[in-house]
Amino acid sequence: MKKVLMGNHALSYGAKLSRVQVIAAYPITPQTQVVELLSEMCADGELDAQFVKVESEHSALAASIGASAVGARTFTATSAQGLALMHEMIHWAVGARTPVVLGNINRAMAPPWSIWTDQNDSLSERDTGIMQVYCESNQEVQDTVIQAYKVAEKVLLPCMVVLDAFYLSHTYEPVDIPEQKLVDKYLPPFNPPYKLDPKDVHAFGGLTDAKWYYELRYKIESAMNRAREEWKKADDEFGKIFGRRYGLVEDYRCKDADIILITSGTITGTARITVDILRDKGKKVGVLKIRVFRPFPTDKVREMLGGAKKVACIDRNISFGQSGIFFEEIKSALYNSSHRPPIWGYIAGLGGRDVTPETIKEIVKRTEESDRPEDLIWIGLKK
Amino acid sequence: MPNAKKIIWKGVDDMPEMAVSIASMRINKTASWRNLKPIIDYNKCKPCGICWKFCPEPSILLKEDGTPMIDYDYCKGCGICAEECPRNAITMHREER
Ligand code: SF4
Ligand code: SF4
Repeated sequence: MKKVLMGNHALSYGAKLSRVQVIAAYPITPQTQVVELLSEMCADGELDAQFVKVESEHSALAASIGASAVGARTFTATSAQGLALMHEMIHWAVGARTPVVLGNINRAMAPPWSIWTDQNDSLSERDTGIMQVYCESNQEVQDTVIQAYKVAEKVLLPCMVVLDAFYLSHTYEPVDIPEQKLVDKYLPPFNPPYKLDPKDVHAFGGLTDAKWYYELRYKIESAMNRAREEWKKADDEFGKIFGRRYGLVEDYRCKDADIILITSGTITGTARITVDILRDKGKKVGVLKIRVFRPFPTDKVREMLGGAKKVACIDRNISFGQSGIFFEEIKSALYNSSHRPPIWGYIAGLGGRDVTPETIKEIVKRTEESDRPEDLIWIGLKK
Repeated sequence: MPNAKKIIWKGVDDMPEMAVSIASMRINKTASWRNLKPIIDYNKCKPCGICWKFCPEPSILLKEDGTPMIDYDYCKGCGICAEECPRNAITMHREER
């Protein structure tokens, strides 16, 4: 069945179709409608889940971790400062190996207050061990939630499904909502190896000295490593059942491209259109969208960028004192690779500033004309 | 209930994914670092259960009739029970070592 849904509601539908059993969330713009709809679904009896009202995002994730520990499929959602307040609990969800799925609507961090999109909120959680997937359309948002449970519960790591504020969260698009019975076939009930259960007592997350802490960290990294393969498998199986596939990365006209643009989120769609315009003028340009950011698809990136003459990375985020964060990641993925094309790093669209085809044309032009790569280029800075 | 087991692993391959152990808290008594020991004066206590509710460990057990008992194997001596008891029935005493 097709419905016209805003990105926020695509998240809600993804959670509903995944038959989540516990939802704990605290409202924040632009995420609020995600849980509004879910609470309505619970109240109407459409969704058999416990809706836990909490006093903060920190508690929202804490409650989610607790619910996940008893073996419930759990969902939460937030944005910006809310995600920052969850930070401690994100480490906890990872260490406790609770596969909570968290919808994050990318919103720029304050101050100054902003409700518009950029990726600094989610990317600040880069090193916690939570998986991160960046979506480009509302369809992808809904589908990614379902895939996220599949992978998260396999490798026992939480997963963040990320979408742009307003460009997706409040924009309506047609979304194909699959039949519940097909989703049930794809996603079996959650059954973790250890549960918090008074009939079978275990101690969870107790004090672990230096003798074993190191090994437990290794376990998290191995799970992340396995997750690369699991994302591929989950996506392939999803494709077979539902006819849609997204990949860990998605390339568009990259094969013979001289310049490859790196994008994530909604900038990707604009970049595709711009590539078509430029291709018509005979310029060999392509787009590589990074969808799964953690685990980072290092091998795929190496393979896709191996043939490019130049790479231009567009970051709607910045690691102050360094560069764009995707730029940093791409650069480090390529450093130990045999073919290392030069990379230009562009910062664009912070705080929700529109990234238009004109912006992207300017990025391509600048990359084309330059013979020395630069790490940090502010595009469209008012002077 | 399974018997408590001490955690003995050879290496990463036979370890569980998460820091989980079988009932190990029965062996792993955590009170060794307590400096102040709560003592209940049962002449003052009119079992209301407030100390039981507030103990963060939780190291206060309630008998059938509601009388609180402190489990000194796990009580960390934080004093919250003494602070919260409305009848001042709990006092904190320095541990003798
Ligand atoms: S001192 Fe603290 S840990 Fe001990 S019984 Fe009282 S509240 Fe519990
Ligand atoms: S709070 Fe005080 S009065 Fe109440 S049960 Fe505990 S010791 Fe007794």
